[in-house]
Amino acid sequence: METTETKTQVQAAAPATPKPAAVKPAPKPAAPTAPAENEVKPIEVEPSALRKEMERLKAEDMDFLECLTGVDWMEEGLGCIYTLTSTSTGKVVHVKTATLDRENPLLPSVSDLWAVANIYEREVFDFYGIRFTGHPDMRRVFLREDWVGYPFRKDDETEKNNPLRMTNEPLADDTEELVLNADGTVTSKRNTIFADGDYVVNIGPQHPSTHGVLHFRVALEGETIKKIDPILGYIHRGIEKIDESLTYPQTLALTDRMDYLGAMQNRHALCMCIEKALGVEVSDRVKVIRTMMDELQRIDSHILFFSCLAQDLGATTAFLYGFRDREKILDIFEETCGGRLILNYNTIGGVMHDLHPNFVPRVKELIPYLRNSLKELHALFTGNVIFQNRAKGVGVLTKEQAISYGCTGGTGRAAGWHNDLRKTRPYAAYDRVKFNEVVREGGDSFDRYMIRMDEILESLSILEQLVDNIPEGSIQEKMKPIIKVPEGTYYSAVEGSRGIFGVMLISKGDKSPYRLHYRSTGLPLVAAMDTLCSGSMLADLITIGGTVDYIVPDVDR
Amino acid sequence: MFDFKIVTEWLHGALTGIMPEWAAILTESVLVALAVITLYAVFAIILIYMERKVCAFFQCRLGPNRVGKWGLLQVFCDVFKMLTKEIINLRNTDMFLHNLAPFLVVTASMVTFACLPWNRGAQMIDFNVGLFFILAASSVGVVGILLAGWSSNNKYSLIGAMRSGAQIISYELSIGMTMLTMICLTGTMSIQGIVEQQYAEGWNIFRGHIPAVIAFLIYLIAGNAECNRGPFDLPECESELTAGYHTEYSGMHFGYYYLAEYLNLFICAGIATLVFLGGWAPLHIAGLDGFNNVMDFIPGAVWFIGKTFFVVFLLMWMRWTFPRLRIDQILALEWKYLVPISMLNLVLMALLVAFGLHF
Repeated sequence: METTETKTQVQAAAPATPKPAAVKPAPKPAAPTAPAENEVKPIEVEPSALRKEMERLKAEDMDFLECLTGVDWMEEGLGCIYTLTSTSTGKVVHVKTATLDRENPLLPSVSDLWAVANIYEREVFDFYGIRFTGHPDMRRVFLREDWVGYPFRKDDETEKNNPLRMTNEPLADDTEELVLNADGTVTSKRNTIFADGDYVVNIGPQHPSTHGVLHFRVALEGETIKKIDPILGYIHRGIEKIDESLTYPQTLALTDRMDYLGAMQNRHALCMCIEKALGVEVSDRVKVIRTMMDELQRIDSHILFFSCLAQDLGATTAFLYGFRDREKILDIFEETCGGRLILNYNTIGGVMHDLHPNFVPRVKELIPYLRNSLKELHALFTGNVIFQNRAKGVGVLTKEQAISYGCTGGTGRAAGWHNDLRKTRPYAAYDRVKFNEVVREGGDSFDRYMIRMDEILESLSILEQLVDNIPEGSIQEKMKPIIKVPEGTYYSAVEGSRGIFGVMLISKGDKSPYRLHYRSTGLPLVAAMDTLCSGSMLADLITIGGTVDYIVPDVDR
Repeated sequence: MFDFKIVTEWLHGALTGIMPEWAAILTESVLVALAVITLYAVFAIILIYMERKVCAFFQCRLGPNRVGKWGLLQVFCDVFKMLTKEIINLRNTDMFLHNLAPFLVVTASMVTFACLPWNRGAQMIDFNVGLFFILAASSVGVVGILLAGWSSNNKYSLIGAMRSGAQIISYELSIGMTMLTMICLTGTMSIQGIVEQQYAEGWNIFRGHIPAVIAFLIYLIAGNAECNRGPFDLPECESELTAGYHTEYSGMHFGYYYLAEYLNLFICAGIATLVFLGGWAPLHIAGLDGFNNVMDFIPGAVWFIGKTFFVVFLLMWMRWTFPRLRIDQILALEWKYLVPISMLNLVLMALLVAFGLHF
C-alpha cells in the first residue's frame, strides 16, 4: 500500500513538462516500455474502510475532489475512483473502491467532506445504482425518476426496460436518505425538498436565462430566494455510455458537443489522454497549434460570456457588440477547421488539417482589434453604475466554498483560488509562454466577470507570443489504423474555458474504451448554485447564473 | 401662427347648418374619436419602426430592410399578423378579468393621448385641471397590468404585475412632484394655458432654468419607469420572467399591450414637450424678431411632433444603453433619491417664483 501511494504521488506531482520532439526522441508507440505518463495507480480501499481513508486524506489537505468516476468492473465489482487534489501542494491521489454486491450496492458518502460529492454521488447512483449511505438526497440526477435500471452497468438491459414513455416526467417532492447505523444496519428516511408553504417557481427548462435546457425549482420568499433545486438531464445524451461502443477516433467526435464553447480544449484533453496512454509524443508544431486554438477558443468563450451576461441583465446593445467581435474568431476557426462551433480539429497524434495560410495574418489582425474593442466593451458595460450595483457583492463564493464545490476556472479564481492548470500542471506549449494567472479575492459576481475580461487579455498575449513562433513539423504522427490503448487507468486534464476539464479513461486493451468519464466543468458550478443564490433576490439568480458561466450540454453530457 | 380653431369652427358652422345642435356635436365627437384612434394607430406604427431602426443603429445592425423600401412595410405586416393570430383562452384563469385587462391598459393610454396639444386650437380635451386629468388617466393603466398578472394564474405574471404595481405607484410620486414644480411656475393646469404662456414668454425649461432642468431630468427618468421601458422594464424583463405580466396573452390582446407600451412612450415624451419644451410653441429668441417670424411660419403640429420625437429618441437611447435595474434598486432610486430631490426642487422653484427670479 505504502509503495503504491508514493509512486502515485511522484507520478502526479511531477509537472508534465513536454519536451520538444527534436531534443528527446519519442518512445515508440508500438511497445511502451515505461508506464504511460498519465497512467494512474489508485489506492485500493475496501468500502468498509473508505470513510476512514477519505477522512484521513481530507485531514492531509487533500481538499479538492477533482473527479469522481463510477465504474462497473464486472467481476471486480461496482465502484468509484475518487481523484483528490491538494490545492496547496498540487499533489494528486486516486482512490479506488468497489463492492461486489450487485443487488444492493452500498458505499459510504463523502458529501459532507467535499460539497461537490453530493452531485457526483447522485450521478453514480443514477448510472450504476450504487447508493451512498449518509447522502442527504439520493435522487436520480440526469435520467427520469421513473427510469428502470442503471444504464452504465455492463449487464443493464436499458432499451428493453425503458420503452419510449409518453407520460410527463414525474418530479419528486421528497427524497431518500440512507442512514448507516452503528451496528452496521442501514435504515432509510425521507427528506422533503421544499417545505409545505413554499412558493416554488420553475426557472426553466425553457427559459431565456438558463443558457440551455436547465431547470431550477426556486423557492421564493417574496422576491428573495430560499432554496434552489436544480433538475438536470434535459439534454443528457449519454455521451460517456455511447463512447464505450465507439473506437477511439470515433469518441473524439462527441467531445465538441459537450461544452461547445470549449470544443477545442475538450478534444485536446481527450487526444492528450489517449496519446499519453499510447506513449505518442506529438510534434512541436502540433503543440503550438493546439495551444493557440485553445486560447482562441477561450477568448471566444469569454466574449460570449460577456455578451450573454449583458443580455441577461438587459443590456442588449452590449450583447451585440460582443457578438460582433466573436465573429472574427469564428472566421479564423472556419478557415482552418471548416467549422465554426463544432470544430473537429484535434486528432489522436496531431490535428486534422494544417493551418490555413490566412491563419497567421488574421490572428495578427485580431490581437490589436480585440484589445481595442475590449476597451469599448468596458466603456459600454463594465463601468456602468447599474451593472456595478447589480454585480458587486452579489453571489459571494468564498475560497473554501469554491474548493469544496470544485468550482474551478474563473469562478474559483475570482475567490482567490489559484487553480489554473496551465500554470500548475503545464501541458502542450504553455510552459514556453509567459502569462499571468488572473486571480481576484472578492468572489462576487463582479470579480467573476472581471476575471474573464482580464483573461481575454492574457490569452491575447499568449497568442501574440506564439503567432510568430509556430515551429515547422508534422501535423500528424503516424498512427496505427486501429488504435488500442494498453490496459490501465489514465487521467489527463486541461484548463477548459470554464475550469478543469478532465478525462478518465479505463482501458482493457480493446479498440474502444472500457469506461470514459469526463470531468465536466459545469456540473460543480450548477451544484453550487443553491449556496450561491440563497438569500439573494430573483434577479440575482440571473446575474449569478450568468457569471458562473455554466454550459448545459457540458453539465448533462 | 395658424389657429386650428378656424377649421373646427367652420366644421361646426357647416354641421349646425344642416342638422340640429345636438346632432352636430354628436357627429363631431364621432369624427374626433375616429381621428384619435387613427392617429393612435399611425403613431404606434411609426414608433415601432423608429424603435427598430434606432435600436439597430445603436447595435451596429441594419434593422428591418426586407419588406418594402428600407423595411418600411415591415410593421404593417406585423400588425396584420397580430390581427390574424388566435387569441388563446387558458383554463383556470379568470376569463372576464383576463380579457378586460388589455382594454383597460389601452383605454388609459388612449384617454391620455387625447389630452395632448397638437396645435393652437387643435386639442380634444381641454379644461382648467388638464394636467391633473392626464396624471389621473394615465394611472388607470396600472390596474390593467395588475389584473393581467392576477388573472393569468401564472407565477411569472404575478411577480411581474407585483413589480409593476410597486414601480408605477412609486414613480407616480416623482412625476406628480415634477408636475407640481412646473405648475408652480406656470400658475395654471390648463394645457392650452400652459402652452400659450410658453408661446408668449418662452419655453418653461428656459424660463425656470435650474429647477426646471432638474425637474426635466427627473421627469425623463420617472417617465421611462412609468412606461416600463428599459432600464426599468422589470415587470416584463424577459430574462427573468419570460414576458412578465403579459406572458399568457396572445393575438391582439398581446397586441394591445404592445401598442400601449409604444404609445405610452409617445405620451410620456409628449407631456415632457408640453410642460418643459413649449408644446406646439416655436422656438423664440428674444430680440431676434426676424428669426422668430420665420419660426412662427413652421406649423405648430410640426413643432410639437418634432419635439416629442426628439424626447422619444432620448428615451430610446437610454433604453438601448443601460442594463436593467433590480427591483429593490429601482425602489431605492425612487424613494431615496428622486423623491427627496424633487421635494427640494419644488421648494427651490417656489422660492424662484416668489422672488421673481425666473425669466
